Amino acid sequence: MNKHLLVIFPHPDDESFGASGTIAHYRREGIPVTYVCATLGEMGRGMGNPPFANRETLPQIRKKELEEACRVLDIQDLRLLGLRDKTLEFEDLDELADRIGAIIQEIDPHLIMTFYPGYSVHPDHDTCGAAVIRAVEKMPADKRPTVHCVAFSKNCVDELGKADVVRDVSDVEDKKVAAIKAHRSQVEGYRGGLKEKLDNKDPETMRWLLKERFWTYRFDR
Amino acid sequence: MDPIVPDRIQKELDRFSKQDVYIHLETTNGAYASHHDEKAINVGAYIRNARIQYSRGKIRGDGPYRVGLKMESGWVYAEGLTHGEVDPKGRLLLAGHNREGKLTVALQLSFEPFE
Repeated sequence: MNKHLLVIFPHPDDESFGASGTIAHYRREGIPVTYVCATLGEMGRGMGNPPFANRETLPQIRKKELEEACRVLDIQDLRLLGLRDKTLEFEDLDELADRIGAIIQEIDPHLIMTFYPGYSVHPDHDTCGAAVIRAVEKMPADKRPTVHCVAFSKNCVDELGKADVVRDVSDVEDKKVAAIKAHRSQVEGYRGGLKEKLDNKDPETMRWLLKERFWTYRFDR
Repeated sequence: MDPIVPDRIQKELDRFSKQDVYIHLETTNGAYASHHDEKAINVGAYIRNARIQYSRGKIRGDGPYRVGLKMESGWVYAEGLTHGEVDPKGRLLLAGHNREGKLTVALQLSFEPFE
C-alpha cells in the first residue's frame, strides 16, 4: 500500500504547533503529505507585535505564512477549503464531512491527522475533527485509514487516557521551529513570549514542542 | 496601522456620515481565554457587513479612544481603540490592541462590502 499522510486542520499554524515534526519525518521518508486547511484564520487576534496586520490584510498575510510553513516542511499539496475562521460549527457538518470525504477518496491516505472532537479547546478545532471523523465513519470499516488526533483540552488525559502515539521530533527541531516562526503574525505576541523562547531554545518550551502527541481514534467505541 | 490621531479620525467619521455604509464591528478576548484562566469566560461578538447610516459620528477620549455613531434609531459604540488607518481601498479601519499587540476590538467602515 502506498503511504500518503493527510493532515486536516482549521487554521494556518495548527499544523506547525501540533504536527510539523511528524510531517517533517514523513517527508524525510519521501511520503507525500497533503494539508487541508479549512480557513485562513481570518479572525485571529494576533496581528504581529507591534501590529503589522489588520483585520482586512490578515487573511492574505496568513495565507503567505501558511505557504512559507509548507515550504519549510516540504508539503507539496496544500488545499484551502475557503471557510471562515470561527464559523465552522455553524456550517452543515455533513456538508463539511462530504467535502473532506471527497478528498479522502481522491488521496486514499494511509493516515489522517486532525483534532480530537470535543478535546481541542477551539470550536473550529472540535468541528474540524468531528467532520473528519464523520467522513471516515461513512467509509466501510475495512477501508478506513488510521486517524491520529491532536488533543489539548484540560480534561483530555483524564477522559481519553494518555496519548498512544508519542513521537520525539527533536531530530527535526530546526524544521519545526522554522515552521512555527513562519506564522509571524501569530507568533509575535503569543502568550508567554514564545518568540523569545524559541530564539533562546528555552528548555521547557522545547520539551513541549518536540514531543508530538496523538490519540488514535477508536471507531469501535 | 498607526496610533490614532483623533482629529484625523474625526474627519474620516464625518466622511462616512449621512449615507449607507458597511460596518465591521467586533470585540473578543480570544478563543483560549478560559483555557488559560479557569476563571475567565470567552467573550466575543462580531457583525460584518451590516449596512447602516449615521447622522453623527464622534471620537472621544485621551487614548485609548471611544467612537459612537448615532443612527436614526440606535447607536454603534466601540471603546479601547488605539490604532487606525485608511486602507488603500479608502476604508476606515480602527482597532484596539493590547500590550502583546493582539486585537481586542475593531470598528471598520466602508462604502463597499468587506470581503
